[in-house]
Amino acid sequence: MAAAEFTTPEMKEFAEVPRLQPGAMAQSKPFLASDKMNEALGFPGTLVPDWHEKAIGRLGELLKKYRSLKVYLDACVHCGACTDKCHYFLGSGDPKNMPVARQDLLRGVYRRHFTLAGKLMPKLVGAQELTRELLDDWFNYFHQCSECRRCSVFCPYGIDTAEITMAGRDILDTVGYGQKYSNEIIGKVHKVGNNLGLPGPALLDTLQGLEEDVKEDTGVDVRYPLDEKGAEVLLITPSADFFAEPHVESLIGYGKVFHAAGISWTLSSKASEAANFGMFIGSYEQMRQVALRIREAALELGAKRIVVGECGHAWRVAYSFWNTLTGIGAGGEDPFALQLQNQLDPAHKQPTHICELTWDLIRRGALKFDKAANDHRVITFHDSCNVARASRMGDAPGGQFDIPRAIIRAVANNYFEMPAGTTHEATFCCGGGGGLLTDELIEIRVKGALPRMDALNQVVERHGVNFMATICAICKAQFTKVLPYYKFNRGMVGGVHQLVSTAIRLGEA
Amino acid sequence: MAIELNGKTYETDEEGYLTDINEWNEDVAKILAQNENIDMTEQHWEVIEFLREYYNEFQIAPAVRVLTKAIGKKLGPEKGNSQYLYELFPYGPGKQACKIAGLPKPTGCI
Repeated sequence: MAAAEFTTPEMKEFAEVPRLQPGAMAQSKPFLASDKMNEALGFPGTLVPDWHEKAIGRLGELLKKYRSLKVYLDACVHCGACTDKCHYFLGSGDPKNMPVARQDLLRGVYRRHFTLAGKLMPKLVGAQELTRELLDDWFNYFHQCSECRRCSVFCPYGIDTAEITMAGRDILDTVGYGQKYSNEIIGKVHKVGNNLGLPGPALLDTLQGLEEDVKEDTGVDVRYPLDEKGAEVLLITPSADFFAEPHVESLIGYGKVFHAAGISWTLSSKASEAANFGMFIGSYEQMRQVALRIREAALELGAKRIVVGECGHAWRVAYSFWNTLTGIGAGGEDPFALQLQNQLDPAHKQPTHICELTWDLIRRGALKFDKAANDHRVITFHDSCNVARASRMGDAPGGQFDIPRAIIRAVANNYFEMPAGTTHEATFCCGGGGGLLTDELIEIRVKGALPRMDALNQVVERHGVNFMATICAICKAQFTKVLPYYKFNRGMVGGVHQLVSTAIRLGEA
Repeated sequence: MAIELNGKTYETDEEGYLTDINEWNEDVAKILAQNENIDMTEQHWEVIEFLREYYNEFQIAPAVRVLTKAIGKKLGPEKGNSQYLYELFPYGPGKQACKIAGLPKPTGCI
């Protein structure tokens, strides 16, 4: 299938608010999930005949369940602070991609059915009926939001746009109007154990291949163990780390860190996936089911620590939700959660991010590096949205920003920041997050990458940056695909542990 | 969507991937390649053949690294890298080569 034709936006030194282009992205939509994909997750296979009634009913349930959603739908005063903060708006000019306008697709229906003013005088308060046309707009535009929450940083009321997008997608799934990319993948996690559908034997073959490669490169027997009972650490990492480039370079790096520090570790074929697309589709139940695989694997393998690899939204789920979803960390109260809490070593943070683990070892002098080995690289760091705005690392505020940068500075000599306002909590999404990393959405992905490409271009021109490090599998895959549209080399993107891997000293062979 | 060839219909999904891997043959692969604007050469067929062998054994496409290593062993180290594969399959060796080989599309953060 030939990719749809479109024009890659032009990079500019000073980001400009684009000229409005109403309807510019009205045709952009993901593929529909098949009936089998939907039914495997307990959703109706296709759009139900009484979708209107069901959708309004589901919105009512969500409003009761999530007080936050009601607050967000009520609180917006249309001040406009968010309008020029969304990468998809900046890249496409489509006014419905202003966060407030995208939210209003749902807010209008909320007002019509759940507020007195909206019931009595809908036109005066921006209330609107959920028509089939509007439902289609939900499907199209709620899949032009990567749930990155940059706009929320600038909202004076702190409205979490991602939560509104998630509610929209939840309702769509409830009426049988699901998205193929996310729903197919969640089905594979339930069936095979990971997003890719990589079965145990293929995983084992791949990991054995890595052991051979590292031995060949370094002369050292670094292990990449699978399903080893009694290992101290259970590493949960995105399955892209096994499969794709540059992802696998970071996986190689994690193994070298464990080896150099003398920490026993294992991967699990049951929980061979850190990603949790249940969050993307706004389904608490799916998010919980996906997370429970990790608890099962940890109990079976007897691990004392759970460490999470380079995956952005997985770290949000792990850091913010695993405790009550599964009992990893305090919070879960069912017998298995309590059993897991007793099993895990309280001397360590549960879960631990791989960057926290590596940085802790560096600080204690347990790892040695040959920094010059990275001298061919001039490096910058792209903050991934879910790590930056929905989690933390270490013990101090901002640890999620400082720790990955501290690791890079410890393993490499050439490091430059991208311009302020495009990093840290104001970081721009890569353009492919939140369940949008699929080929049919390539146009919005390329356009949404514009603000990041603008910022990258500045450090490329001023400092000769040739490597953008990141700690998210989606960011890595998205940039590998879109960098060439902006005339950059796709090999410019890689992982923080790829840099660690290059410089780490493994001791005597 | 579907491909009509020699009086037989081959079902494909909305992205052009063959629905039934068992229906694959070289003629339909040529059509799949044409749809991707790829002129199949011996080098392309070598990759396709490896993909299908690997799939038969493991029920999944090989990791990019596994593929580059196998190609490197067969054709020499200068070809054992993803750059070479991107030259053959510009839209990405993972997805485009899988499509021509009749394999299901690899999904996930890739």
